[in-house]
This record gives sequence, structure tokens and C-alpha cells, in this order.
Amino acid sequence: MLTLECPYCGVMADETELTAGGEAHLKRFGPGSSDEDFEAYLFERENPKGVHFERWRHSHGCGKWFHAARNTMTLEVYGTYPAQTSEPPVEIRNKISGIAPGWSWRLFK
Amino acid sequence: MSEPTSALNRAEFKGIAKVEETGLHGMITLRGDQSSAAIKKAVLSVAGTVMPEQREAIFSDTGGVVWMSPDELMLLCPYSEVEARVAALNEALAGTHALAVNVSDARTVFRVSGPAARDVLSKLTPADLSPEVFGPGQVRRSRLAQVSAAFWMEDDETFGLFCFRSVAQYAFDLLKVAAAEGSEVGYF
Amino acid sequence: MSVRLSTGGRLIDRATEISFSFNGARLKGYAGDTLASALLGSDQMLVGRSFKYHRPRGIVASGAEEPNALVNMGEGARFEPNQRATTTELFAGLSATSQNHWPSLEFDVGALNAKLSRFLPAGFYYKMFIHPRSFWKHVYEPFIRQSAGLGRAPDSEDADSYEHFHLHTDVVVVGGGIAGLLAARAAAVTGAKVLLMEQTAHWGGRAPVDGGLVDGQPVGDYIDALVRELSEMPNVTLRLRCMASGVYDHGYLLGYERVRDHQPGAPGPRHRLWRVRAKQIVTATGAIERPLSFAGNDVPGVMLASAVRDYLVNYAVSAGKRVIVATNNDDGYRTAIALKQAGQEVLRILDARETGGGALMAEARRLGIRIDCGRAIGKVSGGKRVKKVQICAYAGAGGALEEVACDAVAMSGGWSPVVHLWSHCGGKLTWDAEQAYFRPDATRAPTGADGQPYVVPAGSANGVMMLDAICGDAVEAGRAAAKAAGYKLKKAAAIEAEPAPETPIEPVWMMPRDARVQLRMKAWLDYQNDVKVSDVQLAAREGYESVEHTKRYTTLGMATDQGKLSNINGLATLADALGAEIPAVGTTTFRPPYTPISMGAIGGEARGAVFQPLRRTAMHGWHEKNGADWEPVGHWRRPYAFARSGESVHDAVMREVKNTRENVGLLDASTLGKILVKGPDAGKFLDLLYTNMMSSLKPGKCRYGLMCNENGFLVDDGVVARIDDETFLCHTTTGGADRIHAHMEEWLQTEWWDMQVYAANLTEQYAQVAVVGPKARMLLEKLGGMDVSAETFPFMTWQDGTLGGFDVRAYRISFSGELSYEIAVPTAQGLAFWEALVAAGKEFGIMPYGTEALHIMRAEKGFIMIGDETDGTIIPQDLGLNWAISKKKEDFLGKRAQERAHMTDPNRWKLVGLETLDGAVLPDGAYAVAEGVNPNGQRNTQGRVTSTYYSPTLCKGIAMGLVLKGPERMGEVIEFPGTDGTVFKARIVDPVFYDKDGEKQNV
Repeated sequence: MLTLECPYCGVMADETELTAGGEAHLKRFGPGSSDEDFEAYLFERENPKGVHFERWRHSHGCGKWFHAARNTMTLEVYGTYPAQTSEPPVEIRNKISGIAPGWSWRLFK
Repeated sequence: MSEPTSALNRAEFKGIAKVEETGLHGMITLRGDQSSAAIKKAVLSVAGTVMPEQREAIFSDTGGVVWMSPDELMLLCPYSEVEARVAALNEALAGTHALAVNVSDARTVFRVSGPAARDVLSKLTPADLSPEVFGPGQVRRSRLAQVSAAFWMEDDETFGLFCFRSVAQYAFDLLKVAAAEGSEVGYF
Repeated sequence: MSVRLSTGGRLIDRATEISFSFNGARLKGYAGDTLASALLGSDQMLVGRSFKYHRPRGIVASGAEEPNALVNMGEGARFEPNQRATTTELFAGLSATSQNHWPSLEFDVGALNAKLSRFLPAGFYYKMFIHPRSFWKHVYEPFIRQSAGLGRAPDSEDADSYEHFHLHTDVVVVGGGIAGLLAARAAAVTGAKVLLMEQTAHWGGRAPVDGGLVDGQPVGDYIDALVRELSEMPNVTLRLRCMASGVYDHGYLLGYERVRDHQPGAPGPRHRLWRVRAKQIVTATGAIERPLSFAGNDVPGVMLASAVRDYLVNYAVSAGKRVIVATNNDDGYRTAIALKQAGQEVLRILDARETGGGALMAEARRLGIRIDCGRAIGKVSGGKRVKKVQICAYAGAGGALEEVACDAVAMSGGWSPVVHLWSHCGGKLTWDAEQAYFRPDATRAPTGADGQPYVVPAGSANGVMMLDAICGDAVEAGRAAAKAAGYKLKKAAAIEAEPAPETPIEPVWMMPRDARVQLRMKAWLDYQNDVKVSDVQLAAREGYESVEHTKRYTTLGMATDQGKLSNINGLATLADALGAEIPAVGTTTFRPPYTPISMGAIGGEARGAVFQPLRRTAMHGWHEKNGADWEPVGHWRRPYAFARSGESVHDAVMREVKNTRENVGLLDASTLGKILVKGPDAGKFLDLLYTNMMSSLKPGKCRYGLMCNENGFLVDDGVVARIDDETFLCHTTTGGADRIHAHMEEWLQTEWWDMQVYAANLTEQYAQVAVVGPKARMLLEKLGGMDVSAETFPFMTWQDGTLGGFDVRAYRISFSGELSYEIAVPTAQGLAFWEALVAAGKEFGIMPYGTEALHIMRAEKGFIMIGDETDGTIIPQDLGLNWAISKKKEDFLGKRAQERAHMTDPNRWKLVGLETLDGAVLPDGAYAVAEGVNPNGQRNTQGRVTSTYYSPTLCKGIAMGLVLKGPERMGEVIEFPGTDGTVFKARIVDPVFYDKDGEKQNV
């Protein structure tokens, strides 16, 4: 059972205080998008053994959504950050590169 | 209009800690940009306190301000004054993007007191209640068994907490079980 | 025979005699006894029967590893099966019975299986129960069910309470032996917060039994002083009777405290589950002795040498008067020496090693004990207790050299570190060939959230077996944990312990080494599940190479003891049979809990009134007093109907519908979601959330809206009221309030964070009452206050005002098709307002109504219900709600999805009304059949019933359903087979059955 730091409250939150929200940084495709783009947006998800970016909500706490960069194998948490961004912050990507050189996830390396 | 009643009519239980439902309180949810001068000014003029920092709970004789999230505060005041304070907030915040709304009837407030108070709450919440981590002046939003709650400390042996009113009976029953005679943990 | 000696026993208090019963016989023990020591002290050597062959079994061990001595404890509301006698503290009035036999422990019919054991080898279940297929249902399955399960399930509600306790600490030390105590102190002196857990009721573990000197003192005295010192440190918490049951991700550890097992009925919880978040965990969990695999090693009276020593030193109970000790290592000699010193006869020490042992052997010899090196046990004879032992050469096939009569056998096959907690969360092991055990591989520790190791093994759990080395290792472990938890180390004084060099073990996996098959078939590995050396060898011959497969095929290690005793023996046997090295075969996976923990502890406080949260409206108590028959809706309880005395629930529903349609009814609508949405972008935001246009709604007006998810499926509906230019109040379904509020927050926070909108869930701020029926207006006019006339307060508008002195916000909306006002008052006045309506409404024939009447009335009107007409795969277009889908908006959630080919398929089932030809009520969920069958041979379908009721208004069954091209097939009759062979014929009709033009609601 994980503990993740809520970047809004600044507390280490127990997994039972949180709600998992699937993959982070999805790009929304709306009306006018192609069938392929829309299908990918709705259904295609990463399922990596290793570095992953996820959405979590501090549902029993401040109610805010945040993102977590973590390793699905070792459960190491590289960092958490607010959800108002469309890509992982540079400092988190650099940190991951220091720990897991050569990682890649979707468009990010 | 009739006399408003709290969910449990100030029910009490005494076991290894004392559990009380503390009646009706004026409670206002204030959402807005906490770094904006207008919001700070409104809080100061209506609640009489400065803007709380992250996870801070500031109390005065007539109420208090509790940090709920980076864009949400809970203002506490006497129940009879809540409408006037909402109106005052709305006036002070005219032209500012903010939301001030009376939620007094949507919450129930409990007090859990006694030397075993930390032990009792620790049976129900995964939050760290160690004295070096959590004490008077702070607020923690977490869960109490299966429902959400926010709690703070009035002094080193007294917790205040609120949860949604619809689960007041559940929360009271939970606290009674956690404070049952003979269930001392003796950890804190 | 086993006996209580007249002197000694470091844990018992002879001044306090305790009486207890076993299988109805009244026996006596002393305070401080375990049930096992008390049974042995009363010469009760036979304690149970094995699972498969029903072999007579006695106590083998003295701790958590015990496989045999499982008993039923207590009676009635405190009955519990499968309790280990070795870890059960004796208390006055304890009542235990043995398990797995019929009719009695002494005479058991099931023991016939043992006679058939030749025909019940490994994999018997898989081989036997396959053919013939027809036997499965009526022969094999009933047989298996009859013999499955150990003990019997309790039949009454548990009288005890249980609880959880959460805490966060720097270091948890697991195990209160010398290693755990030293590690705890070493961590605590740095200032780290330390929690030390010990599963038994005593500190010290094995060390006081095995003896030795630490810092010049006898180790027992040293431990007493250490415990005193620790108990005075403010940053240390000591907990006895608390077992660490599992180590999990990110430093999470579960502790299982048996608070009242030894004091049943005393106030307080029986068990407490400690849910700990630790920065570091020290596992000082000790080691477990291995049995030796010789024929008849399961006869009662054959025990682990360490257990024989424990019972002797701790409880003054001797396993026998004439004992044979069999060993392959020096430690076994300690038992012989202890027995001899206690005045018992040690007939032989059989040491499998050709040259025997070291200093301990010399001491045994000095005491006059006969030692035979290179010798082994060929076979133990005796049924319900040991009678004699055949002695053979270890290096041989078991030819008897000698037969010796005795009454107990102490066996020592070496020790295995308890690596369970280390392994639970990914710690890896390494095979120590010299010592013949797996120990933690320090280079491959479990890692936490920061990627760093968080478990530190200490003492014999780390494969360090000698007292002096244990002390040093434990201090290092404690310091390492404190340092990793962020504390500064100071220099620590070295601890001097008496070094006791021992001669190396000789691994013995089968005794004698080349035992013939008749012996191997009686040499037990897993006692509880009856797995023998021959079974594992058979599995290997049949191609089971993976230890995990062999485990499942033979059931080795799958019993409640999870192979603590002899899994290593089993996998060494497998390795030998496969001709592989032991580390290449590896171990099975160690999973929590370490020993079984109670379901009560897992559930904690969540039972009875607090099993789950129950949400109550302000009027809940009134409903309860007035006959509410409850319906759960999410965590809410809503009145289904208010049955009067002598009235059936069905009749109550009919009366409530009729009265609401003719007079006036009251519905507690407080549970409906009320979400305030405010900000300059509120209209724009709601246009994206709802399928229809909300930004064009005028302040003071209400509009019905639909919400879809990105998949296009309908997720909620409700009436939106515009409060002012920037503010909307969105009503949701009862179950939808929290979900829709979260949905709004999700989109605002994670996609449209630049929008200036705030949402607040005000559901519980207001009690809401629907006043419904042709006399609703008369009632409100009587209460007085606001003008509720059709002219000033028209349909689909809202107003603030007062009614009967209450401040209200009233909405003229209708879910019943009648003249209707939904009136919100602050929750704190909800009950008073409801009572005022009931009192004032008397003259108009007012009656409360419940959710079933609500459902019938909405179905009569053809209004859809989320969760009935929708199931997560339904789009608004399926329900004929195209009118509520904006064509003008460029975007809204679900719009793109509703353009996908499958969503625009003309063959999607569409909403229609259904009327049976004979007025009967269609079964809920029934399918309409079509011509032909599908590839599975099932009837093709062409529709299904989504809502179905008896309408008291129309005096017939009415239903709604989704039907293939339904709206184009008005008047057609389709067939719905029932579950009992009947077929319902129903005509496709318009879904609006009542007041098609809406004249009644708009008056």
C-alpha cells in the first residue's frame, strides 16, 4: 500500500486517502478529431513495467488531483506534482534520468 | 421558522475519551485565490484573522479560519451570524472571482478529549497524529474509517473534527467504539 | 510419557493452578503455561489427527511453526477453530477440543485413509476425480466437500470486538528476543522512535532457554535489565502478544496484537490490528528448527529438540522419561544436556555426523550420555505414542542395528532463519551451503518509496546463530535502521558475549541417507497436509520441476502452518530428486500473514452499526417512526414506502400513488444532489458538461439537463436552476451527487484549469421536500408567505421566499407529472418544516410517499431513471432524448463519442413503452426474443425491459424497455419469456402513459 505526498496539502497521504485516476497527461480529442485519435484518447493506455505517470486524487483530503511519477516494478516514487500541466516537469524527468537512465514513456525520455 | 437543531442534539459519550457533538456552528466555505489581496482582506475583515498557511487552523473567540486546500477555506463563526458573514464576504469580494457559501447545516462538529484522544482517533484515521507531527494550530483532512473528516487540536488533549452531517450518527458510533471502555492502547 | 517435573519452569507460577478442559476431560496447569505445555504436562500426547490420513498426531513444536496441535477453542459466540495450542496462553476455564476425527480422537473412522495411503499419493485428487465425468457432481464433489476443511466454522455471531490502530514511526523492530531487544536499544539511543513487537507473552526469545553469558551476566538476567532500560525510554514502545504479520509496500507493516485472547470476556478488543508506517523495519524474527525426515517422524512423542528443551526449561515439562535425541548438528546436544540435568534419562544421542560434534558433545559425554556417531533413526514405532526406535547407520538404507524402547524422540535437523517478513515485499535470499539454510541477501533488500532498502534483518533471522555474533549483528542492524531513518550515530560500546564454537552441521534431508521406499513412505515432510518424502519424489518423477508447481501438486506447505517447519526439507528433497542444487530449485513465495490472523482483526471496527456509513436525512427519524420500509440508495436509506399497520408494502405503495395523484403527497428529496457552480465561466463550463445548452438559461428559470461521459454514455440527469448571472445550482440524482461533484472538479482541475469556476457540493446543506399533487398549491397557500400562484410562480422556475415562517427556496419542477413544488430549507430545520407540512396538510389528505411511488409515477409519465433505463452503455439518443442534445454547441463531453459508428447505428435498441396484452406486469429485466438462435444456440433477442410496474392509476402493468427499432414499431406485439416457462406478450406503445400533454404539472 503506497504513500504519496499530496503536493497541495504537503502531507504524506496513505493510499486509502487517495483515489487512483489512471494514466496522466492524456491529450483530449473532441469533436472534429479523427476516429484514430479519438479511439487512442479513449482507450489506449500505457501499461509499463517501470517508469509511469499517473493521476491521483486526494479524495479524503483536499480533494485535489495531482500526478505521480513512479516505478511500477520497484514502487519507487520519483515525485508528485500538481495536475495543471500537460507534461511531466523537467526536474522530475531529470531525476528519473539520474535513477533510471534511458527511460522513456510515451513522448518523454 | 423554528429552532434549528444539530444532527445529534449535542449527544455525548464517555469512555477512555470524551466524545461530544458540539451543536450548530456557523461554517462558510470560501473558495478563491488565497494569494490575492482581495481575499486576504475579506478574510481579515469578516473573520478577523490573517490568511492561514498550508494546513493551518486559526481560532479566535468568535470563530476561526481553517485551511482546506490551496483554494478553499472553512470559516467558523457563531451559527446565528453565518448569513450576515456570508453577505459581508460577498460584499467584500464583489468583482473578485470567489465563492462564499453557507455550509453550516451540511456539517457536524465533534470534540474528542482526554489523555487518550490521540489513541482514539488513531484507531480510525491513517493520518500521522504523533505530537511532533500534529498539534494545536494545524488541520488535517483525512478519513475517519470510511468517511472523510477534517480535524484539528484545541489543545494537546482535545481534538475538534467535522464530517458531513448525513454521517453524523456513523461518526459518533465510530468514536464511541474507538473510545470504548477497556480499549486503551497506551501508545501516545 | 510426558510429565510435569516437580521443580523448575521459568515461565510458570506454581502458586496459581489453572483448570481447563480438553475433549471434556478436566486438566490442570499453571499460570504462564501455554495450552501445549499444559497438555504435555498432563501427559496428553495425542492432540489431533492429520488432514488426509487422519494419523494420530502430537505436539511437535513450541511456537508458531506447530503443524499438529490445532484445536477448537471456546464455545458458542467465542468458538474458534484451528487455534495453535503452542501459541495459546492457558487461562482459567479454557475449553478446547481436538479436530479432524470422528467419532473421537482416540478412535477415528477416517484413519482408514491411512490404510489406503498407498493409493492416495501426491496428485491423487487430480488423478482420481477426473473420470468418469458423470461422477463429479454426485459422487466426487459431495465427497470432497465432506472431507474438506479443517475444524468447523463458528455458528454464532462473534461476541468480541476488534479494532485497528494506525501509527507512524521511525523503526519497527520485529521480535523480542536478544537480537530484537539489542537492535531496539541501538536504534533508540540515537533518538529514533522505536516500536518493538514480540509475538509471545515474554521477552527474550530462545536465549534464556539456550543460556550463555552476555557482558558477564547470564543472558536471562541481561535481557531483564535490557527490557527495564527500554521500557524507561520515552521514544520506545514495547508490545507483547503482537505479531508482525506482514511487511508491505512503502514501509507498511501489519501487527496483530492478541489483546484479550488470554483474558476472554474482559472489556476491550480481542485483537487489534496495528497498521504501521515505518521508515525502517528490523526483522529479528529468529529461526525455526527443522525436523528430520525419518520413518515415523510423526508419531506423537517425536518432537523438535528445541521444543523439548523449551517445554523443559520454560514449563518444567519433560517430553518423556526415556528420550532418544537424533541430530545432525551441535545444537541438538543442548536438549540432551538439559534433559539429563533435569534428571531425565537420555538413552542415546544419534549424531548423523561420522565424527560427531564439538564442545557440546564433550559436555554431553562428560554427563555420561551415550553418543553414537554416524547413526540415525531408521524408524519410530508406536501408534498414538512413541514405543520404540530402530537405530541404523546414517549412511545406509535403514537396516536396523538395534531397537531401543523409549517414550520420546527429540530431533534436530538444523535451523532455518525466519525470512518471511524480509521476503514479503521482495527481499531476496541466498543459500548458505555451510550452514545449510537460506538467509537474507543483504544486497537485495526490499526497497521503499525512495528506492532505498527499508528492511534490516538481525540475529538468527539474518543467519547469525551464535550468541556473541547475534549480539554484534543486532546492534549493527539497529544502528543501520536508525541511520537510514535519518538519525545520527554515536559510538557504541561492544557487547561481550561468550563465544561458543560449534562443529559444522551435516545437511540431512532424509534419514537414513538412502532410506528404502517403505521408510520414505512414512517419512513426513508436511505434517498437517500429510506430505511425505515419497510424495515429493513422485512429483519430481512425474515432471514437476518448479517448486511452486510441486507445492500445489503435493500440497506441501499449503496448510495453515504454511510450511514453516519443513518447507526447506521438502525443497531439498525435490532438489535431490531432480539432481539439482538447492538454490537452483529455490523457495516458494513467502506471503503475509506470517501466521493466520483473525477475520475480526482485519475487519476492525467495521461491524454492526458501523459496518458501513449510513447516511441519514434530517427527516430520517420521522420516517422511521412512521413505518418507513427502507431502500438503500448509495449509502443513503430512503423510505421505499410508508406502510401503515396491517397494510402490506405493496398496498402502501398503491395508496401513496393514488393519494398523490388525487390529493397531495410529500417526498423527502433531500438526498438529491445540489451542486453550486459559480464564476465568470460557469455557463461555458456547464455547456461542456451537459448535452444541452445551459448558458442560455435565464436567472430564475430551471432546465432539465443530461450529462454524459467522454464515451458518450449517459451518467446523470437533473434540473439546473440559474441563480444569478454567474451562479447555477445543479441538481443530480441521489447516487450521483458525490460522483458528479468529483466529475466537475476533475474537469476543472485537470483539463480546463484556466476556467474561472468554483463548485461546491451543497447537497447536505438543504433538506428538500417535494410537495406533489393537485392540492399542493392549496397546502402551500395555507402555510402562507410567498405567492405560489401559477401566474407569479410558473412551471420550471424557482423563487426564494418564506413558507409558514421558514426561509425557503422553492422550485416548480415535477418528476411525477403532477403540480409539484420542491422546497429546500436549511437541513437544521428540515424536520420542523416537514412536520409543519404534515400538520397543515391534514385537511387536504396529505400523505408521505416513498421511492417506489415516485418510480411508478415517473414511469407513468415516461420519465427515464438513471440506473434503470441507463446502465453505462446507453446514450441519450437511445432514450429519445435528442431534444435535450444541443446541435448548436461545438463541444460537450460525449459529443465526439456519440458520432462514432456504433453510436449512430440505426439498429441500436431504443426506448418505448410496453403494455402487456392481459394487463400483467412484465418481469424486470426480461428480454424480448426474436427469430432464430445465435452461435451459442441461444434465442436471438430484440429488446429488454428496463422499468416495469403495476400502475394503480391505469390499473394495469406498464413498462419501459429498449427495443430494436422500437419507435418505428408502435402497436407491434413482441414476446418476453419469463423464467418459469410463461411467455408475456406486450405491445409496443408510447412511453408516456399518463397525461401525455403535461397539463397536470403545468397548472
